[in-house]
Amino acid sequence: MHHSGTNRLASAILITATTVSCVTVVAIFLFLLHFSWPLFSPEKLQEILHWTWQPFHGEFGILPMIAGSAFLSFFAVAISYPLGIGICCSIHGMGHRCIRKPLLGLVQFMTSIPTVVYGFVAIFLLIPYMRTFFHKGTGFSILSAALILSLLILPTIVLILHSQFSQIEPKIRLTAKALGMSEAQKFIYIVFPHSRKGLITAAVLGFGRAIGDTLIPLMLAGNAVSKPESAFDSIRTLTAHISLVVATDSQSDAYLSLFACGMILFLTTLSVNLGLRWITKPNSRSIDA
Amino acid sequence: MKQTHKLYALLLLLSLCIATPAMASGLNGFKDHSGTIAIAGGTAHIPVMKAAAKRIMTANPNIRITIAGGGSGVGIQKVGEGLVNIGNAGRAASSDEVAKYNLVSYPFAIDGVATVLSSQNSVNALTSAQVRDIFSGKITNWKEVGGHDAAIHIYTRDEASGTRSVYWKKLLKKGKIVDSANVVASNGAMKTTIARDPDGIGFISIGTLDETVKAPALDGIEVSQETAKNGTYKIVRKLYMNTKGQPSGIVKSFIDYILSAECTDIIKAKGYLPL
Repeated sequence: MHHSGTNRLASAILITATTVSCVTVVAIFLFLLHFSWPLFSPEKLQEILHWTWQPFHGEFGILPMIAGSAFLSFFAVAISYPLGIGICCSIHGMGHRCIRKPLLGLVQFMTSIPTVVYGFVAIFLLIPYMRTFFHKGTGFSILSAALILSLLILPTIVLILHSQFSQIEPKIRLTAKALGMSEAQKFIYIVFPHSRKGLITAAVLGFGRAIGDTLIPLMLAGNAVSKPESAFDSIRTLTAHISLVVATDSQSDAYLSLFACGMILFLTTLSVNLGLRWITKPNSRSIDA
Repeated sequence: MKQTHKLYALLLLLSLCIATPAMASGLNGFKDHSGTIAIAGGTAHIPVMKAAAKRIMTANPNIRITIAGGGSGVGIQKVGEGLVNIGNAGRAASSDEVAKYNLVSYPFAIDGVATVLSSQNSVNALTSAQVRDIFSGKITNWKEVGGHDAAIHIYTRDEASGTRSVYWKKLLKKGKIVDSANVVASNGAMKTTIARDPDGIGFISIGTLDETVKAPALDGIEVSQETAKNGTYKIVRKLYMNTKGQPSGIVKSFIDYILSAECTDIIKAKGYLPL
């Protein structure tokens, strides 16, 4: 009797928690939809989807920000993803035995470093260095932001891969031993090829984390509204744009265009997640079952 | 003998207690009142607001004053939506905002906006025309204005910035600022950035100037509080407090206090010029 009472309480709490989270997400979506509704006309969309942001001259193009966000996130993932896979391979049998634990510990520690610390340290160390080393622009550039952003998303990538590898490894340990495989062989020939799901999830979530981050691009990418053409250009991301413009006159069209930015970010993350679900549907090659 | 000493001391203390509130007449508006005043908005205002709030709350323990930042736009929005009693802004509220929210504005101080260079930069004077040409991209190297041979790095602020608004209107004459200009998010960030970039140029509230950066003379006029006050340096703005409709009660007392002669020492001490 008592037992079932506790159970009921627990399930009630869980259902409440689930409902609250779901309702919040739906509410955010409806809120964005409500406020960006005036934008859904061909003329307004044309006004927003072009390359000039000159709010004092009535031009509210957000394409430079969309391009900036996309360029920066892909760049950061391109740096971080191979690095993450490398680190994970070292942890799972490829690296020397005595560096595995410290390496994993280091990556786990990295998750606890606040974003603003990365940004602040980079302003004082990385930016002046980039400025004098490349002699191109101010040092506030896609490259600087991407380097630091890749550090920020590295733990996400490594820890997802690590948990995937750790799930598969125990299932094949005895078989591999019986076949006389070395640890490295076991990893390369069995664990890694069967981690498709983890490899995709890590890339997608890393990308999501990169595109959603505000502080690193705001502090390091320079925030100039221009079409990104080289890695040394100063660019503005959608997130940085929102945080810079949110304090303007709330009755203006510039303010209204922020809801379009929010909508684009929300839909990007949503479609990336849905795409992930679709790609990682259970398949025959998986050992998960 | 000892007794009389104690008595005198007690009398002195008593008279002090009575005298203090009498001297601080502006604080009398809060006497016998209690309640909370919520303030938000412009970040340039915060030092003044904090110091005034401290005085008021020390003299009147029943009054609570909370102060938050957020920026000029946020201040106007919050006071308009009734979330705070006073919304601060470093720019005049737009006519749309005044109409929508029925705002009443109270300017209380003047703040100058200075062109700012790294203290390592050898340039010590610029003309308005040179500044306009630099920001519009016509002049791209420091040697063209008498400095070292290096590309000029331009830094600006976001469109919501009151500092940018006055600099752009009064010095750049609403001229173009190159698209490739880097944008920083606050006066503080501008100061740190320029201090660390020897080739950088930007603009900053005079109240925030310190020895890590320098303000070059503009058209031969030295940039300082004094020249801003006596009117020779023209790039200045007002700092505003806004309320939704006419203020009443302790909110009115607070505004009256900020505008009174008693508060001028705070405004001066925080680097601004009382009106």
